[in-house]
Amino acid sequence: MAKDYIIDIQHLSKSFGGVKVLDDINFYIRKGEFITLLGPSGCGKTTLLRQIAGFIAPDEGKILLEGKDISGIPPYERPLNTVFQRYALFPHLDVYDNIAFGLKLQKIPAAEIEKRVKKMLKMVSMTDYEDRSVDSLSGGQQQRVAIARALVNYPKVLLLDEPLAALDLKMRKDMQLELKEIHRKMGITFIYVTHDQEEALTLSDTIVVMNEGKIQQIGTPIDIYNEPVNCFVADFIGESNILKGRMIRDRRVAFIKHEFDCVDEGFGEDVPVDVVVRPEDIYFTTDPAKCQFKAKVNSCIFKGVHYEMWVDTDSGYELMIQDYDPYEVGTEVMLYIDPDDIQVMHKERTRNVLEGRMVDDTHVEMMDAEFECLPHEGIAAGDKVRVEIRFEDIELLDHQEDGVVAGEVHFLLYKGDHYHLTIRTEGDYRLWVDTNDIWDKGDLVGVNIAPKAIKLTRCDD
Amino acid sequence: MIKRSYWSLPYLIFMVVFVVLPLLLIVLYAFQDGAGHFTLSNITRFFTDSDSLSTFALSIEVAIENTLICILLGYPAAWILANRNLNRSAVTVMLFIMPMWINALMRTLATAELFNILGFTLGKGTLLFGMVYDYIPFMIYPIYNTLLKMDKSYAEAAEDLGATPWKVFWKVTVPLSVPGVMSGVLMVFMPTVSTFAISEFLTNNKIKLFGTIIQENINSSMWNYGAALAFIMLLIIGITTLFNDNKETQAEGGLI
Amino acid sequence: MKKVLAKAYLYLLLAMLYAPLVFIAIFSFTESRVLGNWTGFSTKLYVNLFTGGMNGGSALLAAVENTLLIALISAAFATLLGTVAAIGIYNLKGRKKAGMQFLNNIPMINPDIITGVSLFLLFVFLGVSQGYLTVILAHITFCTPYVVLSVMPKLAQMNPNIYEAALDLGATPSQALRKVLVPELRPGMISGFILAFTMSLDDFAVTFFTRGTIGLETLSTYIYADARKGGLTPELRPLMTIIFLIVLILLVVVNMRREKMNKAK
Repeated sequence: MAKDYIIDIQHLSKSFGGVKVLDDINFYIRKGEFITLLGPSGCGKTTLLRQIAGFIAPDEGKILLEGKDISGIPPYERPLNTVFQRYALFPHLDVYDNIAFGLKLQKIPAAEIEKRVKKMLKMVSMTDYEDRSVDSLSGGQQQRVAIARALVNYPKVLLLDEPLAALDLKMRKDMQLELKEIHRKMGITFIYVTHDQEEALTLSDTIVVMNEGKIQQIGTPIDIYNEPVNCFVADFIGESNILKGRMIRDRRVAFIKHEFDCVDEGFGEDVPVDVVVRPEDIYFTTDPAKCQFKAKVNSCIFKGVHYEMWVDTDSGYELMIQDYDPYEVGTEVMLYIDPDDIQVMHKERTRNVLEGRMVDDTHVEMMDAEFECLPHEGIAAGDKVRVEIRFEDIELLDHQEDGVVAGEVHFLLYKGDHYHLTIRTEGDYRLWVDTNDIWDKGDLVGVNIAPKAIKLTRCDD
Repeated sequence: MIKRSYWSLPYLIFMVVFVVLPLLLIVLYAFQDGAGHFTLSNITRFFTDSDSLSTFALSIEVAIENTLICILLGYPAAWILANRNLNRSAVTVMLFIMPMWINALMRTLATAELFNILGFTLGKGTLLFGMVYDYIPFMIYPIYNTLLKMDKSYAEAAEDLGATPWKVFWKVTVPLSVPGVMSGVLMVFMPTVSTFAISEFLTNNKIKLFGTIIQENINSSMWNYGAALAFIMLLIIGITTLFNDNKETQAEGGLI
Repeated sequence: MKKVLAKAYLYLLLAMLYAPLVFIAIFSFTESRVLGNWTGFSTKLYVNLFTGGMNGGSALLAAVENTLLIALISAAFATLLGTVAAIGIYNLKGRKKAGMQFLNNIPMINPDIITGVSLFLLFVFLGVSQGYLTVILAHITFCTPYVVLSVMPKLAQMNPNIYEAALDLGATPSQALRKVLVPELRPGMISGFILAFTMSLDDFAVTFFTRGTIGLETLSTYIYADARKGGLTPELRPLMTIIFLIVLILLVVVNMRREKMNKAK
C-alpha cells in the first residue's frame, strides 16, 4: 500500500436481508484529506461509514488502516472516532464530562484531561460552556460539543455521519466553514457522509459519488462537476442538461440535431453517447457568426444569484439556461456553447439486455414473467436466450395489473426531448425506458412489450 | 458482534424454564392419570361432576356480576374524578387508588370482620359486596386514566353539531372510553374467577369458588385433577384475551 | 347542584372503601382479644407487635420480615434481569420482538393461582425442595415483566446512538452499559423496582403454592392461616393500621412532589 494512504478499502460487500447494500467497493483514502461519500438515501454511504467505524461487519472484503486489516477489531479498539447525525451526547453528563468521556476511559491523568478538553473547547468556540447541561444547548452548539468529544481523543481518522443534516440552512453554512477550518488546523483525515451535493462540493478534497451500493465516480469537486462520467453523476451534481448525442469523430459531437466541436476523444466514430452541458455554460449572443443554434424562451424565473430559463430549441429540445440577464418569454434568442463546456460520456447501455429462457416457440420467460414474442430461427423451447429490447419499445401503463410485469419508477432523467426512466420490477429487475409521458419517481406502472420488439439470440450454456 | 439483541437471550431462557415449561406441565398433568399414562378422564370428570360444574358456573356468575357492578358504580366515580368541573382534587383521586396498594388479604379480612360485627350473615351477598369492595379500585383507575387522556375536542365537536350533554356522553364519551373499561374488566373478571382466599374469608368457607377447588385438589395431592381444572381456566383466559384484543383493535379504529 | 351530588357520590363510595380499614384502625388501640369489643384505650398491641410479645406476635414479626426480605431480593433480581432483557428486546425486530413481548406478557395476564400452580408443578418435576429459594424464583418470574415494561419507554426516548457513541469513544460493551445506558434508564429501573417490590409484597397465591412445607410464612400466608383458624391475631390490627398509614404518607408525598414538578414546568 502506498505510503500516503491511510485507509484502503478492498472488495467490500454487504447485504441486508438479501439486498446488496454495498457491492464490491474499492478505493483508498490519503492521509489528511477531507473525503466525502456522496449519494442519495439508500446508496450505501452510511453503511460504508459504519463499517469503517466498526459497528457493522462486512460480508466480504477488507478494510486496511495504515496497512493493517481492522475488519475484525471492535469499534472501541479502533483509533477512529465518529460524529453522529443526531449528536448522541450523553444527557446525564455535562459538556466537560461528555468531552472527557473517552479520555477517562483511557485512564489519562486528570490534569492532562483538563488541558486537552479546554484546548478542544477553544477549537470549537465553546470555551465558557464547560458546566452546561446538554439539553440547554442549541443544535449547532451540541454538534460542536460532539465534534470536540470525538477529536479530543486525537483519532487517526474522524468519521462524520451527515452531522449537519439536522441544522437549519444558515447554521449549516456557518458550521461548514468551521468544519473546514478545524480540518485545516488539526490536519487529520476526515471521512464525511452527506446527500447534499453542494455541501460535498464546498468541503471536500475528494468526493466519492455512490449509488445503489456502487461507486459511480471518484474525483475532486471540480472534476466531478465539470466531467461527470455518467448520467447519474451528471444529474446528481449541480444542474445539468443531459442529452442524447452521437460522437461523429474525435472532438466532434452531434446533439440537439446540431454538430458541435468538443474536446473529448477516444470514443470512436459514429458512436451513440450521452452529452452533459451545464445551464451556466450556454451563452446568449447577438452576433450571428457566433450563433450555433436558435431557440425560443419558454420561462424565466429570478433565482437571486441568476435567472433560470427554459428554452425550446429550433430542433425541438428543451434546455435549461442560467444567466445573469433575463430574457422575456417568447423572445427568439441565439445561443452557443464552448467546446470546453461540452462533456461527453459513454452510454452505459444502448438497449435493455436481459437473460431469458424459452417456454415455447412464441413465449420467453424473463423477469419472472412470460412475454409473447415472435418465433426466431434456431431457437426452441428450453433454450437459454439473450433478450434485447430498445428503450423506446417498452410500454408503461398506469395500472400495474394491466402489464405483464409490475414495476415502480425508480429514477428519472430528462433528456431534452424525452424522459429516460429506470424501472424497478417486482422481481427487482431493471428496465430502461424512453418515453414522452410525464411520470414521477415512485409511480407504480405496468410493463408491456410488443412481441416484435423482443430480439432473441441463443446463449450457449 | 456487539448485537444488543443478544442481551435478550438470558431472559428468553429464564422464561422458557419458569413460564413456558410450567404451563406445559399443567397441560401434561391435566391429561395424565396418577401412573403417568395419557388420559382424558380428568377433563371428562370435570364435565360430569356436578359439584365442579356448579362451582365453575357460580364462579363465572359471580365474576360477571362483580364486573358489572364494578362498572356500574365505578364508571360514574371515574367520570366525576376526571371531570375538571366536578373535581379538582388530586387527593381524592389518590384516595380511590390507594386501596390497590394495600394487601388484598388484609382488606378482605377487615371487611369480613366488619360484616361479623355488624351482624351480617356471611353468604352470597357478603361475597359479592366484598368482591366489589376489593376490585372496584382496579376498575376505576383505568377508566379514570382513559377519560383523563381523552381528547376533549371530540365532545366539543359533538356539542357543536347539536348534541345534548346526555347524547354527548352516550354517543361520544362512552364509546371512546371502551379501551379503559376493557382494561378494567381484564383486571377484574379473571382474578375474580380465580380467587380463592377471598371467597373463603367472605363466606366463612361456605361458598366455594373455582379457585378454591383448584387449591384444594393441589393441596391434597390430587395434582392431575387440579391441573385439569387449571387447564380449563387457561382456556378461559385464552378466550378472554382474544376477545379483548379484537375489541381493542376495533376501538382504535382498526389501527393494529 | 350537580357538583354537590357528584361529590356526595364520591364521598359515599370512599366511606364504603375505607370503613373496614378505619374500623380496624380504631380497634387497634384497644387491648381486647375479640375484635369489636372496646376495653378502653391502650397501645399494648402496638408494643406487642414490635417486641414480639404474647398472642403470637413473634410469628407475625417473622412473617413480616420474610415478606420484606423476599420482596427486596426478588425486586432486585427482577430489576437486573428485566433491564438487560428490555435492552435486548428493544433491539429485536419483527417476529422475534413480538414473540418476546408476548412471552413477557404471559405472567401478567395469568391469574396468580395459575402462576402458583404451574410453578409448583415445575418444582415438583425438577425435584427441587420448596422453600425460600423457590418462593424468590417464583416472585422474580412474575415481577420481571413489570420491570421490562417500565424500562422500555425509557429506551424508546433515548437517543439510539449513545450506546454506539460510547463504544466509539473506547468503552467496552459492559463499560458502555454501566456508564451510559444505566444512567439513562435509571428512572425506569427505579419505577420498575418499586412496582416489582409492591407486587411481591402483595402476593398471596404464588407464595402459597411455592413455599413448601417448611413453615415459611409471609404476611399474606400468615393472615390466611390465621383467618382459617377462626381468630384474628390482635397484633394484626396495629400492623394493618401502620401499613395503611405508610401507604397513605408515601402516596401523599409522591403526589406533592409531582404537583411541585408540574408547577415548576
